[in-house]
Amino acid sequence: MTANRPSRNSQEPGSESPARIGFGMSPPGRDPSGSGTSESGASDEAPDEERTLPPDALVDLAKERAETGIDEVFSSLDADLVGLAPVKNRIREIAALLLVDRARAQFGLSTSRPNLHMCFTGSPGTGKTTVAMRMADMLHRLGYLRRGHLVSVTRDDLVGQYVGHTAPKTREVLKRAMGGLLFIDEAYYLYREDNERDYGQESIEILLQVMEGQREDLVVILAGYKDRMDSFFVSNPGMSSRIAHHIDFPDYTLQELEDIGKLMVREEGYGFTPEAQETFREYLKRRKSQPRFANARSVRNAIERARLRHASRLMETDRPVGKTELTTLAPEDLLGSRVFADQDSSPAS
Amino acid sequence: MRITQGTFSFLPDLTDDEITKQIQYALENSWPCSVEFTDDPHPRNTYWEMWGLPMFDLTDAAGVLAEVNACRKAKPEHYIRVNAYNASYGKQTVALSFIVQRPSDEPGFRLERQEWHDRTIRYTSHPYAADAPHGRRYNGQQ
Repeated sequence: MTANRPSRNSQEPGSESPARIGFGMSPPGRDPSGSGTSESGASDEAPDEERTLPPDALVDLAKERAETGIDEVFSSLDADLVGLAPVKNRIREIAALLLVDRARAQFGLSTSRPNLHMCFTGSPGTGKTTVAMRMADMLHRLGYLRRGHLVSVTRDDLVGQYVGHTAPKTREVLKRAMGGLLFIDEAYYLYREDNERDYGQESIEILLQVMEGQREDLVVILAGYKDRMDSFFVSNPGMSSRIAHHIDFPDYTLQELEDIGKLMVREEGYGFTPEAQETFREYLKRRKSQPRFANARSVRNAIERARLRHASRLMETDRPVGKTELTTLAPEDLLGSRVFADQDSSPAS
Repeated sequence: MRITQGTFSFLPDLTDDEITKQIQYALENSWPCSVEFTDDPHPRNTYWEMWGLPMFDLTDAAGVLAEVNACRKAKPEHYIRVNAYNASYGKQTVALSFIVQRPSDEPGFRLERQEWHDRTIRYTSHPYAADAPHGRRYNGQQ
């Protein structure tokens, strides 16, 4: 009986659509009924066949590139994200491959859909989530994601609390991510090697099944710290082999951190005095050597605290303040930090 | 006899591509979709069995279609429909409901007459399929 149904469905558009047009239904597009969609579906297919280029034709890749609007994504990637040269290179390579695949498709060359699942590894605050968001946008513009939305989840969203809870939970998340990008943050938590009955394993199996079977529906990005992701892949070799792109996010250099800080300060509508800039560099140098340094996230926190000190400093002054005072961070706003206190006190004591 | 209930039921059965487009239309109107099945297609049987919970926060039709296909696999000889619910205030009702699978053979309905007092006749329709118990209707298949 199962065999009966698809064959019946498949023969319908061909056999029925002429009859439907013959009945003189309202023009397709405005008609919300099934006939409208089937006719527009047929008209979508016809130009596709026409578009197949002769073998001696030439395709202007630069023009293709401009049409997708991918350059906007790249320029905003360059402008908003400091450093990360290897990451940007890899994204460019992926974009180039997808563009070439599109061009090949115009000649009617069959290309298997590339495996786009990725793994982002790197220290905290190196921009993994930010890049994932850009990636969703880029893949959408290149036509590899139908909707281009990002669904960001962690272990809690995928793994259930009791037997039979995990599979529906994971499936629901996967359904939400269909047509877009599923970003699994701290993915190594999915697998707990100390507990073999952990439900995370069940979640991984469903993920693998969908990553393999429904490649055209969604792209999965796993993110996490390098060493822990490595041990995660060692215990889940199936996952590692299904991920084509392992991208490592390097730590930022001092100069890059400074640039990030300046960018953040500017976005918040503040500015550093030249002396404050010096102090900021000194701050970063000291903070970087301390434990629990989280790259750009630490920079953001430092600026947030500087704003707090700046605000309370202004409140303590009696005289009225102007725009310059409201927007300028002075060295003392940064010098109040614990980073300077520790370092100054330790040589003295 | 072809059962005609829900949207598009007078049209030929929708193909998967057409179903995808309809689901996408519903999702773009932010109507969450759900999948239901039954083997009792009486027109007054409004409450079909749910295939899983309604699916909220979806953006792409592929998720709903995956559930439709899972339901088709489990219930190859049942009626299956997709409902799209409009939750906006003042509506709060099913906005779109259409059949996505029907059994390969639909025997139809018979008219039953009941004699009542004063030579009154009361009529009712009875699906032939409903003579068999649940789960054994339509070619005796699940």
